[in-house]
Amino acid sequence: MATNEEILPDLASIVEEVAGVDAAEVTAEKSFVDDLDIDSLSMVEIAVQAEDKFGVKIPDDELAKLTTVQDAVDYISNHS
Amino acid sequence: MSSTGQGVVVTGMGATTPLGGDVATTWDGLLAGRSAASKIEQDWVDTFELPVKIASQLAVEPGEILKRVEARRLDRSEQTAIIAAREAWQHADLGDYPATEDGSPKVDALRLAVIVGTGIGGALTLLGQDDILEQQGLRKVAVLTIPMLMPNGPAAHVGLEFGAAAGVHAPVSACASGAEAIAWGWRMLMANEVDVVVAGGTEACIHPITLAGFSQARTMALRNDEPERASRPFDTGRNGFVLGEGAGMVVLEREEFAAARGATVHGRLAGIGTSADAYHITAPDPEGTGQSRAVANALRTAGLEPADVGHVNCHATATNVGDVAETVAVKKAIGDHPVLTAPKGSLGHLLGAAGAVEAIATILSVREGLIPPTANLEELDPDVTLDVVAGEARKTSLDAAISDSFGFGGHNVCLAFTPA
Repeated sequence: MATNEEILPDLASIVEEVAGVDAAEVTAEKSFVDDLDIDSLSMVEIAVQAEDKFGVKIPDDELAKLTTVQDAVDYISNHS
Repeated sequence: MSSTGQGVVVTGMGATTPLGGDVATTWDGLLAGRSAASKIEQDWVDTFELPVKIASQLAVEPGEILKRVEARRLDRSEQTAIIAAREAWQHADLGDYPATEDGSPKVDALRLAVIVGTGIGGALTLLGQDDILEQQGLRKVAVLTIPMLMPNGPAAHVGLEFGAAAGVHAPVSACASGAEAIAWGWRMLMANEVDVVVAGGTEACIHPITLAGFSQARTMALRNDEPERASRPFDTGRNGFVLGEGAGMVVLEREEFAAARGATVHGRLAGIGTSADAYHITAPDPEGTGQSRAVANALRTAGLEPADVGHVNCHATATNVGDVAETVAVKKAIGDHPVLTAPKGSLGHLLGAAGAVEAIATILSVREGLIPPTANLEELDPDVTLDVVAGEARKTSLDAAISDSFGFGGHNVCLAFTPA
């Protein structure tokens, strides 16, 4: 199981690649929508790339529950 | 043709073309009579045994200009549109954007429209994502596939960029699309629907299927060993066009509005004419009837007499039938006196962007009193009995000039420009 410390930097670089948000801005407490201004289509792209990167499945109904970066890190950590 | 204060003026121009990444370098390339055609360095040229192995490819890759995240969310035809539109907006000095409804800083969002035509739309996205679906499956298909392939995508992105709330339109009329966008801009401004229009055309569809399709239609230049000599409008040795890519945009304004904000005016879009051949899906009417009606309509709306028109920036793609038909139309509508040039010798055929980039060349010819030569015109077709500039640029004072654009489907557009 990957640790938070391993997941966060990789997730942050995916967010930077997809949405153009500086990876340094992608910290655990941030909300994807409210803080990082990421729209729903970009979230789908981030999920697809995260699935490949971390070897997890993120169904749409689970994706909808991932509000903060920490939520995503936890989900990946628990399912990889 | 005298200024009544009610006309349409050009206050900004932008382009990215095979000759250069902006208007200045494109214009320099045209004046030098330089051809931008080159060999296509892609494996698929040999894989599919394409008869055409050359194209007029962008001088500056959009990925070098745009932020990486911008580039990956835009089809190539949207990338070129955004680059050209930003240059035009800067050139017009319209200030910060996006515009807002309280008119800050220089135009009210509700009085700003964007009109961007394309011939083909996001073909590279459509075809590329179809390959991905077939080879890698649904999960790999890009989330933004649809907004990247839709033909109104370039117009929509440029509209979002500037905050244009009065309307965003995307005329599709094959190789007349860019000119038609500018014509629709003139109509909106003359109807006083808006104060400012960003209008133009874009195209980026150099792909095996477009080359194969145009080749099968027997419309393409086949001089693969000498790409820079392949596009030869009006020359006896012509055998078709060279496919190109790029975008051109102009900022048009109501004359009163431009004057009130102290804008620099580069020329006047005095009038526009459109028509349909009602003749054949691809072949031009050899009598030039529909085309000459478009020219006559442009002169009428501009309040110009045929004698006023000193120059025609021709559509001439270097097909056998098309080039001669255009000269027949010019003679019918204007007479024997105008001096012609054919920019596709230099640029290649930018399809939906052609009319917009060539409109910019026409505006510059009027402003500078300089007509670029027709690249590769070495021996004038004896059926062409008009004065076509060849060799080097010609200096001449112009009271008015027109730019012709015609498209598969029989679409004809003529734009008439006069000095500022």
